[in-house]
Amino acid sequence: MRDAKFARPLPPDADAPLPGRPALLGHGQQRNDGQELPTEEMVLNMGPSHPAMHGTVHLRLVLDGEKITSAGVSVGYLHRGFEKECEAHTWAENFPYTDRLNYVSPMLNNVGYALAVEKLLGVSAPARAQWIRMIVGELARLSDHLTYLGAQVMELGAFTPYFYVIKAREWVWDLLELVSGARLTHAYVRIGGVAADLPPDFAARTRETLERLSAVVEEFDRLITRNRIFMDRMQGVAVISADDAISHGWTGPCLRGSGVEYDVRKAHPYLFYDRVAFEIPIGANGDNMDRYLIRIEETRQSCAIIRQCLQQIEPGAIQLTDPRISLPTKAQAYNTIEGLINHFKLVVDGIEVPAGEVYSYTEAGNGELGFYLVADGSGRPVKCRCRPPCFMQMTALGHLLRGLNIADIIPTFDTLNMIGGECDR
Amino acid sequence: MSLDVLKQLAEQFGRALLRTHSERGDDTAVIEAAAIRAVCLWLRDTPELAFDMLTDLTAVDYLEQGRRPRFEVVYHLYSLPRRHRVRLKVGVDDPAAEVDTVSDLWRNGNWLEREVWDLYGIKFRNHPDMRRILLYEAFEGHPLRKDYVKDRRQPLVRRPAGEIAAALGQRPAARRSLI
Amino acid sequence: MGLEFTTGRLADAINWARKYSLFQYPFVTACCGMEFMALWGPRFDVARFGAEFPRFSPRQADLLMVVGTVTERQAPVLKRIYEQICEPKWVVSFGVCASSGGFYQNYSTVPGIDHVIPVDVYIPGCPPQPEQVLDALIMLQQRIQDGRGWSQRQQQLEPSPRDPHTRPPQP
Repeated sequence: MRDAKFARPLPPDADAPLPGRPALLGHGQQRNDGQELPTEEMVLNMGPSHPAMHGTVHLRLVLDGEKITSAGVSVGYLHRGFEKECEAHTWAENFPYTDRLNYVSPMLNNVGYALAVEKLLGVSAPARAQWIRMIVGELARLSDHLTYLGAQVMELGAFTPYFYVIKAREWVWDLLELVSGARLTHAYVRIGGVAADLPPDFAARTRETLERLSAVVEEFDRLITRNRIFMDRMQGVAVISADDAISHGWTGPCLRGSGVEYDVRKAHPYLFYDRVAFEIPIGANGDNMDRYLIRIEETRQSCAIIRQCLQQIEPGAIQLTDPRISLPTKAQAYNTIEGLINHFKLVVDGIEVPAGEVYSYTEAGNGELGFYLVADGSGRPVKCRCRPPCFMQMTALGHLLRGLNIADIIPTFDTLNMIGGECDR
Repeated sequence: MSLDVLKQLAEQFGRALLRTHSERGDDTAVIEAAAIRAVCLWLRDTPELAFDMLTDLTAVDYLEQGRRPRFEVVYHLYSLPRRHRVRLKVGVDDPAAEVDTVSDLWRNGNWLEREVWDLYGIKFRNHPDMRRILLYEAFEGHPLRKDYVKDRRQPLVRRPAGEIAAALGQRPAARRSLI
Repeated sequence: MGLEFTTGRLADAINWARKYSLFQYPFVTACCGMEFMALWGPRFDVARFGAEFPRFSPRQADLLMVVGTVTERQAPVLKRIYEQICEPKWVVSFGVCASSGGFYQNYSTVPGIDHVIPVDVYIPGCPPQPEQVLDALIMLQQRIQDGRGWSQRQQQLEPSPRDPHTRPPQP
């Protein structure tokens, strides 16, 4: 067994005293040494409807005064049957369901799912479509991180910076709305391409938006990062070692906060991530502050990626022309019998995906978003499993909270960035 | 480089390794259920392989394909130092579907195994806390099994039947109170 | 020089006051929460309707915003929160998931929160645009003014011992 490698042992049962603190007294018991007021163990329920629990989580805290001696985490209040719904729908119909997994960055889920189905089909989208996926994906990452930043500071009591980033997020959504027609749940990516080409003035508008957005992020950074109260609540709180984080299956910004250089975009480049230059920020301490700083830096990197994509993107097809995968054009569907039949078959029976199984992974806002798909040759999946990054991060929350104060719950929970739709699916 | 993993697995666990394939670039090994713990432990602790992350753990129900055994428990492992992946599969059959736990090898195994128990009803031997995780304790059955009807709901709370109609029916036509 | 005065009913005045001071309890569960955040944000600014300030205790709120999918596991929590809100209270169902279950028609979702608690205004959309929410708020304000909210009507049905004006309907 390698358990000794873990920096901290798995917690023993909840009643064990914390190091450096006296054992808890039972109800009515009094301490005789006259040193300290008698304490009683107290159970506090937090959630599932709590203002600072974006997403619905229930924490059962056992407290010794302000200290948390054990924290039981229950998730699942937003279990919406994602897999069951996917099994009942065709491959293409599942895009809206993937939108609502990590609903802060729907485009990244779209892209991840499309890449998984394409891996199963053995096809890849045209180059322009891949560039577009990168652009919209990074815009979604911006939206994700901005929302995280806003929620983080709002729940620590700073309401005004929340308005700053929500304002900037509206600009990102404007761009995504321009591309897809929807503000939040886009369902824009298709198997074998994307639904529509970029609008003509998209590049100019995006560049201009990124300018403004960068200014907001910098302003936010100057305003918050060196704030004394903020630092006190973030620095050195909820430290997790790299080994622990890996054992909990952490990926994404949270794992990088513990100093592990793992980003799917670099480690296993997909789309054209090997053709753009960007850096992966890494933390040193694995505390809340590092996880926060990494997200700040990633917004800058995302802006850089989008600018490079806009430079490198070239005109071309945005969708495969294979009639077994792509819908015919409207003109064909309305005017030719073949087009009509093709359209009908693809919509009613779905794309026939050859039997097999595949695990495909991309870097989403919270880490490695994997899709494990099993096909039996029909138009509907046998199994459509989403590997939720924040579910893995939530597995560590109970361990992280042990020994902290009540006030540390909120910043810690926030930095894990639990998104209910993705965690509970 | 990644076929290596399968080759080494075959050398180490000759008979326990039932099938392997590398379709679409994903290395896959089907393993006898009894050997899963030993295989996982070996994969994790062999320095050349170093599978230090349990990426995913899930199950598939092959009821409609008529396959025996009916369920497959699927493990996805990843090695951060070596940057390679492997998929392990274990067949288990109904009644009393059970597999050995790996929750003491990787910490997230705990919750992932609870999820498989919750949604598929596959138990994990020696798991410290085999409870439902996404659904509630009063829920009967395991919804991701193919024989669970998709919209069979098991409500915990509902308004009394006919409450709306009764309230609307009793409402006086044009009557208002002060408050 | 005549004596100028106006007449009106007290109920109308009270309802007028109520409709411009909605204290909401956001019961935010899912995706719609993102649009709900946008609603508070500078662009849509729900403060213009006197409904901007969230109270995170149901006992201080009078408008329950159910934002997002409610699952069977969550339903008892929702019901409990509804019961903790003081009368009169109003419920807005934000988004199709809360209104009807939306495209989640399966074992775990409640097919509309009106199976659990009464609802005054439904907002369609997945998620609704903030403009739709503002429209719904105006609609709710009109209902409050007219005394047509669910809990307002319930109050009329139940006689208050201190108030001789509210009597149970005569058969």
